[in-house]
Amino acid sequence: MPLITSSKTQPSYDVIVVGSGAAGGQTAYTCTMQGAKVLMLEAGRNYDPVKETPMFQSNGQAPLRGSNTSDKPFGFYDATIDGGWQVPGEPYSSASSDPARQFWWWRARMLGGRTNHWGRISLRNGPYDFKPHSRDGLGFDWPIAYADVAPYYDKVEMLIGVYGDNHGLENTPDSPAGCLQPPPAMRAGEQYARAKGKKLGLPIIPIHRAVLSQRQDPDVLPKKLHPNNPRAQRILADAMRQRQACFWATPCGRGCSIKANYQSTTVHLPPALATGDLDIVSNAMAREVTTDASGKATGVIYVDKTTGLEHTVKARVVVLAASSAESVRIMLNSKSARFPNGLANSSGLVGKYIMDTVGASLGGQIPALENLPVHNEDGAGGAHTYVPWWLYKEQVAGKLGFARGYHIEFESGRKMPGVGVTAGLDAFTNGSYGKQFKADARRYYGSFVGFAGRGEMIPNDDSFCDLDPTLKDKWGIPVLRFHWKWSEHETRQAAHMQKTFAELIEAMGGKVRTPPQADGAKAIEPGGKIIHEVGGTIMGADATKSVTNQWCQTWDVKNLFVTDGGPFCSNADKNPTLTIMALAWRASDYLLDELKKGNL
Amino acid sequence: MDRRAALKWMATAAASAALLDASLLGAQTPPVAAKGYGTDPDLLKTYTPGELWPLTFTSAQRTTVAALCDVIIPADAKGPSASSVNVPDFIDEWVSAPYPGHDADRRTIVNGLGWLEAESQTRFQNSFTNLVTRQRNALCDDICYLPNAKPEHRTAARFFQRFRDLTASGYYSTPEGMRDIGYTGNVALEKYEGPTPEALKHLGLA
Repeated sequence: MPLITSSKTQPSYDVIVVGSGAAGGQTAYTCTMQGAKVLMLEAGRNYDPVKETPMFQSNGQAPLRGSNTSDKPFGFYDATIDGGWQVPGEPYSSASSDPARQFWWWRARMLGGRTNHWGRISLRNGPYDFKPHSRDGLGFDWPIAYADVAPYYDKVEMLIGVYGDNHGLENTPDSPAGCLQPPPAMRAGEQYARAKGKKLGLPIIPIHRAVLSQRQDPDVLPKKLHPNNPRAQRILADAMRQRQACFWATPCGRGCSIKANYQSTTVHLPPALATGDLDIVSNAMAREVTTDASGKATGVIYVDKTTGLEHTVKARVVVLAASSAESVRIMLNSKSARFPNGLANSSGLVGKYIMDTVGASLGGQIPALENLPVHNEDGAGGAHTYVPWWLYKEQVAGKLGFARGYHIEFESGRKMPGVGVTAGLDAFTNGSYGKQFKADARRYYGSFVGFAGRGEMIPNDDSFCDLDPTLKDKWGIPVLRFHWKWSEHETRQAAHMQKTFAELIEAMGGKVRTPPQADGAKAIEPGGKIIHEVGGTIMGADATKSVTNQWCQTWDVKNLFVTDGGPFCSNADKNPTLTIMALAWRASDYLLDELKKGNL
Repeated sequence: MDRRAALKWMATAAASAALLDASLLGAQTPPVAAKGYGTDPDLLKTYTPGELWPLTFTSAQRTTVAALCDVIIPADAKGPSASSVNVPDFIDEWVSAPYPGHDADRRTIVNGLGWLEAESQTRFQNSFTNLVTRQRNALCDDICYLPNAKPEHRTAARFFQRFRDLTASGYYSTPEGMRDIGYTGNVALEKYEGPTPEALKHLGLA
């Protein structure tokens, strides 16, 4: 069973998975490794990173030196295909014209979805992050605790390969021995920040990212991940042997032809396909989930984008893993006499409590980094270092004026030059040109740093999505309309980020490039801009106050699951992808068990 | 001035004046009708300016662009000049691109080139390309740093700032420019060692 066309689907499957990214990839992997027959539907085209990734291409080989355009918003070499903030023919709308109340929705239309280009930052939620309401009375507690998810974090880290180390810090969980790979050395600017940031009390430590700093052990890991399943062990061992360790060149956002970083298309899908139990139809735009008279899901109707024709496929279980908002859209579009407000929406909460991550950033110039002796700082094609949230005690004591934390990501180093390599340099050089300009360019190159805050947003009643009453996409499918509002918890947090970054830049002996923004409402990035949207089908312990139970299983339709970020009922500052995969694995184990017991 | 040179000068000055008028009146250069490379371009091939959308510069403008590029980035011991690694082609590609923002750059650059030619003629009765170093520098010194520019030179200073950024963007993204600025990455390594001992010593961290 392989990549197929609409005409080649089987009459029925055990499981249909809508979406092929972190959630869909993990769900299909877990199900097929245990022998379930799975059909995966992907709205974008097929994509093969081994053949298509621009490894070693330099900016000079690209149009416009690789800079970003409206066709490629993250730059020419970004892995995203047919995606971005806008997808032609597939609009979404905003309920408000107020610039502060916009939500930006990033989509990718390609096999593997956004996992092909993501930042690979893989942080575990900590114990507090599952019980936020119990700590500060805001938002919702999850119906699960860290201990419920920890074994799945272990498994996902071992499967996908994550570098990082353990520091025993508050609410920043250590991984058990054997889960993590060694982190790469810090870059010069990161080491300098660590040394100078000490007096500010910032714990500057290696970040965790889904990149292989060494090859995986195919003799050990598969046995740990799939005990008593020799077929899964053999298939995974073969897949691990196909992955190379990072060779410390080429940014991860391009994808990775040597499979050194995690993307669904290089890590989840190859072994799932190797089981022979996975069919994938690409260019399949899911429109709705079908149900029978008893209210159970029977399958999915999708539009084949290559022909424009609708197809119906059937399965015993339907899993939505289309991205949190896209899954909401499918559920709201699955209306019937029995489900007039959309599928699994008896609570009225489908689409409610969508969250993104709070983002703000500030740049500085550091004289100590000028004229740094020439060396290669490509490293792991992304961040090596971060600052986990460090002010838990001050926050609990009510000293900060906002309820949740943020971590700090670093931007530094002697990166491959591209457009804007000397932008703003005239402020340092009095507008030099000629040989002096060339000397100045060498002097200042690599002396600029940037800090970006990534913070927790608390779910609120004003941030949700519903169906636009009139607008449809080019397939005739009603589209989402977004409602958005930050609370003061987020805007004050963004202002705190600005202040912290300015202090850190000054501690490094540098100068900020723009004044820190004291007004958090001006400092904060628009909703959705950080591309961490979660919620919309939140999980809970009470069927009237949530859409799914702790197993990502909808309360109303027991054979319908949502394994993307939709069931998140809080959005910790920890980037969501690792948790999406851990919860998808956990939900899939439960789903298979229930299927075996005849409960679905 | 012989007759041929006088005619050439008049034509250039007239063209420049027309451009200046256009910029003063806020008139726009014609919008680019071409399409971009789309949302699923081939990422593996090497692209050449001009193959995706038509270019803008006339041969006279191209000559001025090459001269000004090399005033900003001349050859020195560490690297070649900007024009010798085809930076003018990149600038032409940039100002001709059918993407938001490039339109504004096209107006800035085309009008700025017109100003530069006209100013060279006014001050030195010669094309910018034919000026001697001292003359070029006298002109560039007036417009190279926006905060210091006289009111009558502010528009030209904005042009120079943008032109310098584009020249550097084009130059430092070539193999020669990457070497020049001290970028030594984009090579496969067995191991990533972090900063060299010399770099750590420079930072006082050794």
